[in-house]
Amino acid sequence: MTVPIGAYLALGALLFVLGVAGVLLRRSALIVFMSIELMLNAVNLTFVAFARQLGRLEGQVAVFFVLVVAAVEVVVGLAIIIAIFRTRSTIDLDDVDLLRG
Amino acid sequence: MELVIFVLAAVGAIAGGVGIIASRSPVRSALSLLLVLGCLAALSLLLAAQFIAALQIIIYAGAIVILFLFVVMLLHAHSGETPPNRLGWLTPAGIVLGGVLLAVLLRTVGAGDGGGVASVGAEFGTAEAVGQTLFTTFMLPFEAASVLLLVGIIAAVIIGRPEPASPKPTGTPRQVVEVSRR
Repeated sequence: MTVPIGAYLALGALLFVLGVAGVLLRRSALIVFMSIELMLNAVNLTFVAFARQLGRLEGQVAVFFVLVVAAVEVVVGLAIIIAIFRTRSTIDLDDVDLLRG
Repeated sequence: MELVIFVLAAVGAIAGGVGIIASRSPVRSALSLLLVLGCLAALSLLLAAQFIAALQIIIYAGAIVILFLFVVMLLHAHSGETPPNRLGWLTPAGIVLGGVLLAVLLRTVGAGDGGGVASVGAEFGTAEAVGQTLFTTFMLPFEAASVLLLVGIIAAVIIGRPEPASPKPTGTPRQVVEVSRR
C-alpha cells in the first residue's frame, strides 16, 4: 500500500462536498439528482477504503446495499421527475413549490 | 505504479464531479457522472474490491447513467436549455458553506491516526468472499433489498403510467387549481 488510506478518505470527502455544492447551486431537478448520486458514490469510496483498512468485508457488503437503494431511488425519482414534467412542463425546482408554506 | 493509478483516477473523479455541477447541458453532466463512476471503479480495484468495481460498472455505468440519459433526452427535447440562475446571493453562500463542510471533513480525516492497514489475502473482495458474507451474516437485509427492488419497480410503473384519457372528476379539477394559483 503505497497510497495511504487517508488519501482515499480525503478524495471521498471532496467528492461528497462537490455533490453537496451541486444540490445547493443547481436548480434543475436532473442535475440535483446526479449530485445526489455523486454523494452516494463518495460514501461508497469511503466504505471500500475502510473495508480495506480493517480487512473486513462488511464495508463492501454495505456498498452493495447502497447500490441497491441507489438503483431504486433513481428509478422512482426519475419517474417522479417525468410525472412533474408532464403536469407542469418544468423541472426547475423553484417552480415546483405548491407545498410552499 | 499504484500511486500513478490513484492520481490519474482521483484527478478524473474530481474533474467529473466538477463537470456534473458546472456544465450547462444535462447530457454533459450525465457523461461526467459516467467519468466519475469509471474512476471510482478503478479506485475500488486498488482497494481490493473487485466485486464492487464490477458492480459499479454494471449497475451504475450500465443502467443508471443510461436511465439518466434517456430522461434527459425525453425532457430536454421539449424544454430546451437549462433556465437562467435565479439564486442571487445564495450562490456565494452555497460555495462558502461547501468550503466550510470540506474543511470540517478534511480536518476529521486528518485527525484520524491513520492506523495500520490490515494485510489481506488474494481472495479478499472477490465475488465468492463477498457472497459468502452476504448470504450468511446479511441474509435478512438481502431479502429486504429484494422486496425493496420489487416495490421500486411497481412504484415506477404506477407513477410513470400516463393518465387515463377521460378521468372521472373527483374533487377539484386540476385546471381550476392551476387557474386559481395564478
